[in-house]
Amino acid sequence: MTGAATGAGGVGGRDLALHLAVLAALLALQFVLPAYHHTNLARIMVLAVFAMGYNIAFGYTGLLSLGHALFFAAGLYATGLGIVHGSLAPGIAAVAGLLAGGAAAAAVGLLALRTAGVSFMIVTLMFAQAGFLVVLYFGGWTRGDEGFVLQGAQRLVFGLDLSQPGPRYGAALALFAAAVLVNLVLVRSRFGRVMLAMRENAERARMLGYDPFAVKLVALAVSGLYAGAAGAAYALLFGYVGASFASIQYSILPLLYVLLGGAGVVLGPFLGALVMFYLIDLSSSLTSAHLMVVGAALLALVLFAPQGILGTLRARLLPWLA
Amino acid sequence: MTLPKLIQPTRRGVLGGLAAGGALALSPARFASAQSAAPIRLGFQLHRTGIGAAYGRWYERTTQAAVKVLNEAGGINGRPVEVIFEDDGTDPRRGAEVVEKLATRSGCDVIFGALFSHVVIGSAPRAGELKIPYLVCSEGFHVASGMLNRWTLQPGITDVRAQVSSMAPWVTANLGRKVTMLFPDYAFGHDHRDYFSAAVAAQGGEVLELVAIPPTETSFTRYFPRIPRATEVLYHVMVGPAVLTFVKELGEFYGSGGRPQIFGFVDSLEAVDTASPGLEFLEGTHFWEGHCRVKQADAGEHEAFYRAAVGVDDNGASVTDARDVSTYAHMFSCWETLFVIRDAMAAAGYQGPADRQRFVEAVEAITAMAHSREHVQGDKLFNGRTHQVFGHQFISRVDGGRLTRVHTTAIEDGLYPDAVDYTSMSF
Repeated sequence: MTGAATGAGGVGGRDLALHLAVLAALLALQFVLPAYHHTNLARIMVLAVFAMGYNIAFGYTGLLSLGHALFFAAGLYATGLGIVHGSLAPGIAAVAGLLAGGAAAAAVGLLALRTAGVSFMIVTLMFAQAGFLVVLYFGGWTRGDEGFVLQGAQRLVFGLDLSQPGPRYGAALALFAAAVLVNLVLVRSRFGRVMLAMRENAERARMLGYDPFAVKLVALAVSGLYAGAAGAAYALLFGYVGASFASIQYSILPLLYVLLGGAGVVLGPFLGALVMFYLIDLSSSLTSAHLMVVGAALLALVLFAPQGILGTLRARLLPWLA
Repeated sequence: MTLPKLIQPTRRGVLGGLAAGGALALSPARFASAQSAAPIRLGFQLHRTGIGAAYGRWYERTTQAAVKVLNEAGGINGRPVEVIFEDDGTDPRRGAEVVEKLATRSGCDVIFGALFSHVVIGSAPRAGELKIPYLVCSEGFHVASGMLNRWTLQPGITDVRAQVSSMAPWVTANLGRKVTMLFPDYAFGHDHRDYFSAAVAAQGGEVLELVAIPPTETSFTRYFPRIPRATEVLYHVMVGPAVLTFVKELGEFYGSGGRPQIFGFVDSLEAVDTASPGLEFLEGTHFWEGHCRVKQADAGEHEAFYRAAVGVDDNGASVTDARDVSTYAHMFSCWETLFVIRDAMAAAGYQGPADRQRFVEAVEAITAMAHSREHVQGDKLFNGRTHQVFGHQFISRVDGGRLTRVHTTAIEDGLYPDAVDYTSMSF
């Protein structure tokens, strides 16, 4: 895997311009999109934030986790339970969700980062499964697999009714924009360079004086913050909290989004989530065997563009892309 | 709640409208050319893939058969009906996306059909935001509990609370009063645990042990020693593909010795042949059925009509493939919900999305449904305040690998006090 830009530190002009242009386009789209795509795009942006968090761990630091559903669910449930059982204001509950995602990732990291490679995948998977079962075990609070609904009044943040299309899109875009800009700064920062070094050769980085465990732990915690923020946003924007978001499926999805869009590229997760969503949506309109279409598309990707869409583009046309 | 409270005289006008709508629909097929002959589009949230796929396959067939019958009888308000099926993967997130798609992309007037509770609960908020009627064919207590919203209704199938409450008297009177419950340790199982325990206690019975089994479990032998010796009735709800293992291991546990009476929910065996090898231990045990899979000796014309229309033989399997067993105990809900939609649209004079609120009010105004071709499972009462229908339940015994009905509950057996009044909520 080639590094995400190998030039000098700091966010380059072209990079910044491209990302700001994407954000501006998303801002403009909310005024022209039909209702169906309007809501879809809000949902995709939230899922993209989740996948961007995954990208920080996997794409930039080389941590192939199968446990990110736990971090997303931590944000989702901290927010939902905080509102329903803790009587927290939705805004405060969202902050609790963000922190819960980060704390869960840090806690898992403290133990799982003692392993590497396949072992790391298995350990993170087991932690996530344990989290899923905890949600079911405390069904009296979580309503288990059924989950629970956040009513309209429980989704008012600073006077904004997030059940309404405009505020929902705006909140999703604000979160997404913050996530993109922080990601850009992070990967171009000194610490971002060290993350890349860990991905490329942890032993060499250790020889240069960096502590791989500490660097990976911080990267995983930041990744968890992203996942927690996305989980919190999903609860508030779409009004549902359920155990399916803690299942293995939601550990695989961000991996797929990242691989499809491009690992180690800031906009890769967004593009992956966007393409995957519409691939399923459009193919399901054409055939009942739509999962076969999705599978064929992923096979084609692995065969012909193993670096993902933006990863391939960066390798061939846009070497400056972060 | 009492029966008279359910039937409110102030709704007679609406009932009259429903009767008129029904009469109109039964008249010779002819689509009116009045205001619009464009089809009424109904969205069906289908579990085509995922854990609910076995149900989804039969829900689709049942609905297609019902639409054919409905259109041959004149459609709705003189317009043909078109159903658009969209796969939700039995996933709540995709479920909400499918609601969005059916409402805003496909231009559906109403959405119906979801069975699995988590999909319903995950999708209902979006249906409420979009202000589109969402008629679910689920069984959970989530609609009548007040968890959802004014736009979500369940007029086609009873909920778990009513089901277990209405069967407890027969179980305690005929099978035994000391019960041990084996149930999956998630929300559906918890509803059984809570409401059946309460119903048994109300009958003077006793639940000796509650054995919760994690949903990821694949072997059950280690749970069986927890069944007290004094158990007279073993109550089991084990929804999932592990049911064959469960039955086999339970048989091995008891061996050829005596066993307690066994009462279960047929949900575990939907789409499974009860005469399958490995299920011999079920012989002589009892099951709840929402609709009798095997055609009973006293089945009438409505039952025969329904089976022929859907393509189900007397054993509850496909007429074209005897190995393709239906989800008979539940799939009538799609059929009946479709005819509720027809009647409510007729009562509301439904022309298009602007009439959606009137449609919901018309469904809320329904009080009684007579046993008919449209309501093949039996007569029913509908509680507009809780958006929940109440009906008969059936208890069947496995005789020679076939389910034979031994008891039919009264509708009143399943009534319970209102937990919500949706009609007092705003749209």
